[in-house]
Amino acid sequence: MTTVKPDLGAAEADAPGPEPVSTSAHQALSSPWASMAAVVIAVLWTIPTLGLLITSFRPESDITSSGWWNIFTNPSFTMSNYDQVLHGSDTKLTTYFVNSIVITLPAVVIPICIATLAAYAFVWMKFPGRDLLFVAIFALQIVPIQVTLIPLLKLYVHPPLNLMPLAGPDAPGGGFYTLWLSHTIFALPLAIYLLHNFMSQIPGELIESARVDGAGHVQIFTRIMLPLMAPAIAAFGILQFLWVWNDLLVAITFGSPTTFPLTARLAELSGTRGNDWFLLSAGAFVALVVPLIVFLSLQRYFVRGLLAGSVKG
Amino acid sequence: MSTGEKFIQMFIAIAVFFAVIAVILLATQRMRSRTGELAQAAAFVLPAVILIGVGLLYPAVTSMYQSLFDKTGEGFVGLDNYQTIFTDSEQLLVLRNTAAWVILVPIVSTAIGLIYAVLIDRSRFEKFAKALIFLPMAISLVGASIIWKFVYDYRDPTQDQIGVANAVLKGLGLDTYKFLLNDPWNTLFLIIILIWVQVGFAMTILSASIKAIPDDMIEASRLDGATGLQQFRFITVPSIRPSLIVVVTTISITTLKAFDIVRTTTGGNFDTSVLAYQFYTEYFRSYNQGLATAIAVLIFILVMPIVIYNVRQMRKLEAR
Amino acid sequence: MRSRNTRRGVAFAAALASTGLILAGCASSDSGGGEAVSGTWPGEGKAECEGLSQLADFGDLSGKSISVYTSIVAPEDKPHIDSWKLFTTCTGATPKYEGSKEFEAQLQVRVQAGNPPDIAYVPQPGLLQTLVGSGKVVEAPSQVSDNADKWFGEDWKSYGSVDGTFYAAPLGANVKSFVWYSPKMFADKGWDIPKTWDDMLALSDKIAASGMKPWCAGIESGEATGWPATDWLEDVLLRSAGPDVYDQWVSHEIPFNDPAVATALDDVGGILKNDKYVNGGIGDVSSIATTAFQDGGLPILKGDCAMHRQASFYAANWPEGTDVSENGDVFAFYLPPMGEEFGNPVLGGGEFVAAFSDRPEVQAFQTYLSTDVWANEKAKASPAGGWVSANKGLDIANLASPIDQLSGEILQDPDAVFRFDGSDMMPGEVGAGSFWKEMTNWITGESTQDALDNIESSWPS
Repeated sequence: MTTVKPDLGAAEADAPGPEPVSTSAHQALSSPWASMAAVVIAVLWTIPTLGLLITSFRPESDITSSGWWNIFTNPSFTMSNYDQVLHGSDTKLTTYFVNSIVITLPAVVIPICIATLAAYAFVWMKFPGRDLLFVAIFALQIVPIQVTLIPLLKLYVHPPLNLMPLAGPDAPGGGFYTLWLSHTIFALPLAIYLLHNFMSQIPGELIESARVDGAGHVQIFTRIMLPLMAPAIAAFGILQFLWVWNDLLVAITFGSPTTFPLTARLAELSGTRGNDWFLLSAGAFVALVVPLIVFLSLQRYFVRGLLAGSVKG
Repeated sequence: MSTGEKFIQMFIAIAVFFAVIAVILLATQRMRSRTGELAQAAAFVLPAVILIGVGLLYPAVTSMYQSLFDKTGEGFVGLDNYQTIFTDSEQLLVLRNTAAWVILVPIVSTAIGLIYAVLIDRSRFEKFAKALIFLPMAISLVGASIIWKFVYDYRDPTQDQIGVANAVLKGLGLDTYKFLLNDPWNTLFLIIILIWVQVGFAMTILSASIKAIPDDMIEASRLDGATGLQQFRFITVPSIRPSLIVVVTTISITTLKAFDIVRTTTGGNFDTSVLAYQFYTEYFRSYNQGLATAIAVLIFILVMPIVIYNVRQMRKLEAR
Repeated sequence: MRSRNTRRGVAFAAALASTGLILAGCASSDSGGGEAVSGTWPGEGKAECEGLSQLADFGDLSGKSISVYTSIVAPEDKPHIDSWKLFTTCTGATPKYEGSKEFEAQLQVRVQAGNPPDIAYVPQPGLLQTLVGSGKVVEAPSQVSDNADKWFGEDWKSYGSVDGTFYAAPLGANVKSFVWYSPKMFADKGWDIPKTWDDMLALSDKIAASGMKPWCAGIESGEATGWPATDWLEDVLLRSAGPDVYDQWVSHEIPFNDPAVATALDDVGGILKNDKYVNGGIGDVSSIATTAFQDGGLPILKGDCAMHRQASFYAANWPEGTDVSENGDVFAFYLPPMGEEFGNPVLGGGEFVAAFSDRPEVQAFQTYLSTDVWANEKAKASPAGGWVSANKGLDIANLASPIDQLSGEILQDPDAVFRFDGSDMMPGEVGAGSFWKEMTNWITGESTQDALDNIESSWPS
């Protein structure tokens, strides 16, 4: 995506180099009070998680009898929690990891693509009923996933018009289609709403001049919109990745044991009656690794100044 | 299915999807007439509209219909379920709690997320600092519930504490406190959990938005001698106003739907229940789908003011 | 993201798409399985299948599979799966296991969406009633009914029946009338295991006078918060008013707030709401409400508390390395009776095997699970223990752990008067709703009468 060269590359050509500005603005904002506020927030936000991280390395009897901070005065570490999480089941943990990845990638890429297209149309195309449709989609965010489970599962198992059932023993694609489709559906209202917001902030003159130059909507969308929307798409991509990665409900409702993701394995770590809940601390960090890598690596799309200089005012 | 086959299926799915979209776009691209414009709009919008129509609108409509029926789903009861919601003596309390959630979570999360995003913008540790706030979002719900157990856990002051909040109180020589038990403050302590999660969302979106503020605007204000605070007030906030509205709206809706925190911490006891949790227990515990869907419809009605506000903001933006 | 390569990608994608359909086609053709050849059964002549001659009725089931959905998850799923090997040997059919902690909600969704499993292990008779009400549960075949008559008491069979029709045979069981204690602590202090209710209160006073809180408890369990307190009430009601009153109370022939129930709850309050008795190692009375039930008994190990009333399955809760045996770190004694007139009442729970299909392999599997052969297979397949059944054919010696053996003895004791956990049999609004909720309120200060009145008024008409 970074290699895309916009034909109407005013944005890139005229953009001032970020370096000089960033240092000066940085100085303006970095009063000691501001830095301290940032540190305080960061510390407050991290302490609970740190507690869990330390807990995940403590032996079971310690966890339930003394606070995690005792590790500093009375250190005792064990890897046994991680050992049980990684090797405690008959099915290899890698199987669940693979399933999580196979579920998540399409469930992020597909809704983003559909939503970007729809958002573009809602902002830059004119058609009857446009605003009403947008408001309806936006309002449907409130529908709880729970009420959709039964109707959707019915459609997947017994589709109308003799279509191929997507769920059940003979499901195509190993039974992943129901998951991809469901995640896509549930992501769309919020995705369209968020991307609509970002897209409507792009100056209309940019689109107008492209239209005058004879570009069609498809060209404008692919050549101008997508590069400019990179930060927004990356931001939503991170969030959608997280939601799908951490989802349990959709996975166990529409999936089967062969498609269960990591969350399904983690949910049963604590045992039938939740006796081994301390194992969840280690499980949480095992599951956290991938989203964190995704977050850090997608950060490079949070680039500054894509719009700078393209339009005045 | 082997790992390889799974990945093959995944790539096939993505490839098929892009092929279909590409075919549709290419087919409509060349049209320049008025109907062509319409066909193009349809090509852009219809995939989303069809999916949402089938996957969300249809279940939503059937739910509304279902809310007029009794527990078995067969006997028509008219508006009885709605009447039940409003005559239940506990319901006032639930509405009070829901109001507290839906007011506090969006405002506080957005405020903290915004301040943090601004403070760390362009700082040397930006990536790392963001990751710290982002962690709560990334951690799964089971992880989060254990995390907060180790914050709010209560033991008698004479005992070893395992909750960090009570350990601090004890360290200060105060009595330990039953954070989850004592009404009404327990609701506040549950709200803090959701705020802790949602700040990461607010920060991610707002940070992306802040980066889109043209540098020359900031440069100009700096030349005018604006302080950091003035810059924040007169440049940053107005520039990202649409994103702020989006973030507040999204968090409001998430909050209205959130029941997991109540479910895993107090189970709705000690006067901490919220509408979404009532919906959940009626649906999955009491198996009373009529009453459950009636609550869902009520939640939907509560969102309407937020929707209307958004529509007005959109109109304003377009009129500009 | 998708822009540059679209044109080039179309042809490639189309090619991939057709491959995908072919692959999908292959996958589906595998699962059809072999044709059933009736007549002989694979168990014919095999020594290990001798006790399972009933399965011959269903013929050769080779290649068939049965989907089983349960609330029992890893690591306890493995003994179940292992115990099915004999079934596959004798019939050729393969059961497929799926366990989920969201079982109760998910099963409803699947049933209503027309995608039920073949077999579900239902842990509550109340849920079985709801499922039967949906019209999707299939009546048990005659073989299963015969087995239930032969191997289970009449009471257990009735828990698997709805309106006189027998649907689901009992599977596993647990005993709830246990008080966990530390044999070492009791020996050190010279305390004896109480044999009557009054002995137990006297012992509690003695312990309290020594400066230790005798009891500890925790009833927090997320959305199910309160259930351990409902077990307390049921256990005491069974002792103070007897099994007949208990049955009438469960089936709502007498109101929930009947005076007998109020008396029983006050008796519970004499322990759980007594500041001298609770909450050892944790805090005051109200701390019971916010202490996780898993943590409720742990103060015993630290010597901060002496007794904790909880079911046999609490055994899994002691940290690794704890000696759970008659002379070990912890063990359990039977919650003593209040008088002699009602014998030795036992409160317990268990699972039932409900079927959503009447295919021969499903019925064969139901039959297998209701035999004494399976019960012993399961016991042998559970080396870590944590499993017991009310099946009379179960050989106690096959049970792995001392606490399971004690539970097995109690379940098979002809003098024991067994009653199923009442909250599991009441309508969902009460048994998994107001009962839990009001017991929690009761712990945090609500009066006995208010709590019972509120539950009574929530009973669906």
